[in-house]
Amino acid sequence: MARIDCNHIRHAYGPHPKSDKDYALKEVHHAFEDGGAYALLGPSGCGKTTLLNIISGLLHPSHGELLFDGRDVTNLSTQERNIAQVFQFPVIYDTMTVYDNLAFPLRNRGVPETDVDRKVRETLEMTGLADMARRKARGLTADQKQKISLGRGLVRSDVNAILFDEPLTVIDPHMKWVLRSQLKQLHRRFGFTMVYVTHDQTEALTFAENVVVMYEGEIVQIGSPAELFERPKHTFVGYFIGSPGMNVMPVAVEGRNARLGSQTIELPGAPKAGTAGAIELGIRPEYVRLGRDGMAVKISKVEDVGRHKVVRASLEGREIAAVIGEDGTVPAEPKVRFDPARINIYADSWRVEMGA
Amino acid sequence: MEKTWNNKAWFLVLPVLVLVAFSAVIPLMTVVNYSVQDTFGNNVFFWAGTEWFEELLSSDRFWQAMVRNLVFSFIILAIEIPLGIFIALNMPKKGWGVPVCLVLMALPLLIPWNVVGTIWQVFGRGDIGLLGYSLRSLGFDYNYVNDPYDAWVTVILMDVWHWTSLVVLLCYAGLVSIPDAYYQAAKIDGASRWAIFRYIQLPKMNRVLLIAVLLRFMDSFMIYTEPFVVTGGGPGNSTTFLSIDLVKIAIGQFDLGPAAAMSIVYFLIVLLMSWVFYTVMTNYDSGQ
Repeated sequence: MARIDCNHIRHAYGPHPKSDKDYALKEVHHAFEDGGAYALLGPSGCGKTTLLNIISGLLHPSHGELLFDGRDVTNLSTQERNIAQVFQFPVIYDTMTVYDNLAFPLRNRGVPETDVDRKVRETLEMTGLADMARRKARGLTADQKQKISLGRGLVRSDVNAILFDEPLTVIDPHMKWVLRSQLKQLHRRFGFTMVYVTHDQTEALTFAENVVVMYEGEIVQIGSPAELFERPKHTFVGYFIGSPGMNVMPVAVEGRNARLGSQTIELPGAPKAGTAGAIELGIRPEYVRLGRDGMAVKISKVEDVGRHKVVRASLEGREIAAVIGEDGTVPAEPKVRFDPARINIYADSWRVEMGA
Repeated sequence: MEKTWNNKAWFLVLPVLVLVAFSAVIPLMTVVNYSVQDTFGNNVFFWAGTEWFEELLSSDRFWQAMVRNLVFSFIILAIEIPLGIFIALNMPKKGWGVPVCLVLMALPLLIPWNVVGTIWQVFGRGDIGLLGYSLRSLGFDYNYVNDPYDAWVTVILMDVWHWTSLVVLLCYAGLVSIPDAYYQAAKIDGASRWAIFRYIQLPKMNRVLLIAVLLRFMDSFMIYTEPFVVTGGGPGNSTTFLSIDLVKIAIGQFDLGPAAAMSIVYFLIVLLMSWVFYTVMTNYDSGQ
């Protein structure tokens, strides 16, 4: 277990990167605390897997250095870093039995056979593979194979960190939930430093204490699930987290008021934004109140998604979404109000603090 | 489910049946015809029954050729398969080296058999051949024409030179089909170079290796042209393999009956071996 420091890490896959566009990772400068459970969240191609492979040593970063507990490991091999990693698609040694698959990482490191047996049995129990321990790994189903991969990641207890690269993609929904809670339990019991890559916000928000949101090769925000929800630092985080995503609309700010077309919206404070750049207002659909007073909207659609309804409407010619309760009704002349405390203001897509 | 019987379907198989009949069954039947009769030419035949078969199976000459051929096949498999794997493992996986290596590897396979034989026949000569001359200059008493041991070495070297690339290409195809994730996982799991070979590369090459063994066994068991050109089966009978012996009987001595009987036995042996390999391969595929 270790604290992992990424010091100004940049990575390009091509040999001669010219502009920022050639970098898969633009610049990551971040510390993963010892024993933390992190989720790396972001859309496909945002550099999550690149960052993970740099941490595990499968990739050597073009620039920057990597420290484990303050020790520079940038030039160490994967094996010397003592890291466990689980990949998106199952990797199994198909001539071996399930048991031998799990024992493989231990035996390679010369762990005594009695300890191997104890650890493997524990892991078999945890992943629910105990009854097929003696079977050949070939011919198992995809999710059983992935459990073997997962088990191989968890079987060593002395690793510096366990990295997961979208490990539950091929697992069916029920098992996903079970395995995820087991991972959390494991984290609480042993305090591994865990980094979990995913593009699924539910998975990220339920797994991790700290969610690292990445976008186009950069970390845009690190925070608890609640922080990401309430105060997205970048409009991308607003869109990406929450369902539906945050409503973002261009506004003009005048002191403690924001003007949206002919409407004036009261803000909780005066945003500390310069006059330059595009100013936008962001409000979560959960905090858009639909009622009889406020700004007039035209309803285009009401979607019933189960526990609540999503109302799609147009405000000053812009699409906005509002969430109302399961039994909520849409009034005849609908109007909306924004919960002032929940409003965020963005300058050039980055959140600005409110002044007094 | 009720089965539908429609005999018209046989007509669809007919073209293939006709083709196979002309290309395989009818020629084979003429051989069967010869194997049970005796002839002195002029299209006069006498019924011989199983006489030729009995004679063949009790002849030392046949069994000696058989043993020689099996030993030859075993030796070239023992050299070509490990050597082929070794070369395939060390070939570049990307970059400009890939096409260069592939072309170099494919070259020997593109040379006609009798040309390969001629190349080595000249190559090994003591007076003008590079190999023979060099060996003699170094003080080795190398002479494939008179020394059975040297003749064997030459024939085996020639086969290894000619056919190892086939094993290399097959293994290489197996190796490049392994996804990167396997090597990454192996690094994470701390696998040694040997463990990567034993548990990732070898299992993934298993099927192409079986094909390579099958092809190389069949080909070497039926080898004719190259040793015929280089040694003509000599010195003495030391490199007379089954097919060389067969041609000697059929064309050299014009004993059509015994030659036909030998052809059939030879054919049945090859068929049996193919069946064994086929069974092993399909069993392997079903994961047993």
